[in-house]
Amino acid sequence: MRRLPLSLWLGLTLVALLLAVALLSLVWTPFPADKIRVVARLRPPGAEHWLGTDHFGRDVLSMIMVGARNSLSIGAMAVGLGLVFGVPLGLAAAALGRWGDEILARLGDLVFAFPAVLSAILLTAVLGAGAVNVVLALGLFNAAVLARVTRGAAQAVWRREFVRAALALGREPLSVTLVHVLPNVAGIVTVQATVLFAVAIVNEAALSYLGLGIQPPSPSWGKMLGDAQTHLFTAPLQAVFPGLAIALSVLGLTLLGDGLRDWLDPRHRTSGIL
Amino acid sequence: MPNRKPRPAAAAGLAAGLLAALAFGSALGGAPALAQTRADVVVGMALEPPHLDPTAGAAAAIKEVTYANLYEPLTRVDAEGNVVPALARTWTVSEDGLTYRFTLRSGAKFHDGSVCDSADVKFSLDRARATDSVNAQKAYFASIAAVETPDPGTVVVTLSRPDGLFLFHMASGDAAIVAPESASTNKQKPVGTGPFKFDRWVAGDRVVLVRNPDYDGPKPALERVSFRFISDPAAQVAALKAGDVDAFTLFSTYEALPEFRNDPKFTVTVGTTEGETILSTNNARKPFDDVRVRRAMAHAIDRKTLIEGVLYGNGAAIGSHFPPHRAGYVDLTGLYPYDPAKAKALLAEAGLPNGFDTTLRLPPPPYARRGGELVAAMLAEVGIRVKIEPMEWAAWLEKVFKGKDYDLSMIAHTEPLDIDVYGRADYYFNYRNDRFKALDEELNRTQDPAKRNALYGDQQRLLAEDAVNGFLFMLPSVTVQNAKLAGMWANRPIQANDVTGVSWK
Repeated sequence: MRRLPLSLWLGLTLVALLLAVALLSLVWTPFPADKIRVVARLRPPGAEHWLGTDHFGRDVLSMIMVGARNSLSIGAMAVGLGLVFGVPLGLAAAALGRWGDEILARLGDLVFAFPAVLSAILLTAVLGAGAVNVVLALGLFNAAVLARVTRGAAQAVWRREFVRAALALGREPLSVTLVHVLPNVAGIVTVQATVLFAVAIVNEAALSYLGLGIQPPSPSWGKMLGDAQTHLFTAPLQAVFPGLAIALSVLGLTLLGDGLRDWLDPRHRTSGIL
Repeated sequence: MPNRKPRPAAAAGLAAGLLAALAFGSALGGAPALAQTRADVVVGMALEPPHLDPTAGAAAAIKEVTYANLYEPLTRVDAEGNVVPALARTWTVSEDGLTYRFTLRSGAKFHDGSVCDSADVKFSLDRARATDSVNAQKAYFASIAAVETPDPGTVVVTLSRPDGLFLFHMASGDAAIVAPESASTNKQKPVGTGPFKFDRWVAGDRVVLVRNPDYDGPKPALERVSFRFISDPAAQVAALKAGDVDAFTLFSTYEALPEFRNDPKFTVTVGTTEGETILSTNNARKPFDDVRVRRAMAHAIDRKTLIEGVLYGNGAAIGSHFPPHRAGYVDLTGLYPYDPAKAKALLAEAGLPNGFDTTLRLPPPPYARRGGELVAAMLAEVGIRVKIEPMEWAAWLEKVFKGKDYDLSMIAHTEPLDIDVYGRADYYFNYRNDRFKALDEELNRTQDPAKRNALYGDQQRLLAEDAVNGFLFMLPSVTVQNAKLAGMWANRPIQANDVTGVSWK
């Protein structure tokens, strides 16, 4: 077995840590994340509140922990939606060719015409703010990205000899797609999904920062950043911890995606250093 | 009516503020001697007005730039909230309260040089009360039956019914006197009769007014006033610290106040506004149509914590829809003391022992977003599960205020003496009480201040007993200003930034 690239190790470690924190928050947080105590507000980090308290006296560490869970689940659902709709669409486009391909490609262009955050803002403006609509908006964008990536990779596979051989032997296009094409695009789709996961976390934070995402009392890293903004002069640490949480998660997922690509791509099969 | 109009958040506000601060700060810092002779002032405001015609828009920012500075009504409200002469030098009221005779200042001129006489007053009042009027406070003019002009210096207004607040309403920015020649272009090129005239408007940045050399009254000390619009809280703090703005009115970054208080370069004043902040409740919707449920909510809300959490302690609690600084105020804050157990008991009595689910639709101002979050947490303690729905201004006005499609909301009602809205069946609270309406009609027939105050007291008690809305707190009027600046209003008896009396010490 090949040695795993360092970026993959780093990414895996950060993501595992994130996952562990999120899972831990299901059973334990230092304080209830929504426990308001105005008299204890804006405390600096200390023995009682390890990362201090926010402007309503809530425990920042507890909020970050539950925030990790919220970020991960929104990211997972947005990517999941993208996979469920995007991959079959991309496979179908590659298999159908011509008209079917053209229609799906133009639909993709339509989605890409708006940046993900903008279309999410539009959608939440129409349907109202909240986690469900954020998942829908980001899922739509992810579906378009994954459809395009899958289509590109699948088209290349369709031109390969073993696919032509299978067709010549009388296999149906559907069966060729499932047996030959899908396994060969799985790697690139996994890498793309990992990167989209990171993008979804950033976009969820951006929407919550704008007040369109996760609604209180459920904590969100983005909303924590937004709340911290007015305290930049008086309590600058308020912005540091949620900012750090977002940065580390995105770094972890990006490194994971990078490492996976290196590991899965035969052309990058190097001597084993990185 | 709420006092804020939408404006897209300045994404690069902080960066822009800092850059501007650097540029201006160094320019001013290099010439300390010049500071002694300054004749200009820069006033910071959070929101930019959509246009500059106070007779055609509800946005408070319009009046905050133009009231008393650029336009004058017949009467006006001074810093203490009294109705004093403006374009009308004197006036008399007939015994039956139906005829008002105004004598105008003889030297009053519009900024375009034309004389302001009784014909202009008639034009302005008739325009405001016309069926196609776009005046935001059309109800202020509803009692007018006729406007006559026996001579250029006299206006006689006849009312169809007594209106105890007529002079007060004629002192509002909505009743500004405008000229027929310029009325249609006032939105972009305002022409009034005030001590300042319009110079220029840099969209997204500032409106500049300059002293009107032809003003017939006392001339202001300042030659130039700039109103700068900075919506981002951090940029507001930065602009003040850098000396980029000399004063910031209705400052709402309360958490930054201790810092300014400790700095001798600044003066912080905390005054009163007319902004009763309430948990608006849809009285027609279940379960809020049950007074026990509304009383339960009143017991569930801890006003002290709310005021501390939202305003950092800078505001007074209210127990009804009336500001504590006004004559006629009755303290009803003790009627529903904070008592979650009592709240739960009342809910059980109303057949809701397990509480209920509801939605809280919040407009954009920070006091609403933050206050809503706290109120939701307090209601959750007694079993009322609140889903928060933040909304933009346009959507809020459309759905909640006009469409009455809401369970709960939170908003400051900033019009002065607006308790009368509870008598309007079409208002978004969906509150209907014949006794309240009867009191309202009696108020309109009453001129005697003592009797009026007693009637206001009865109205306040009625609203508190019915727990129509959650009565929370008064929005404070916080001004952070250069310590050398004198004459800024501390209180906000009317939507205005009157700078006619401002000078440098």
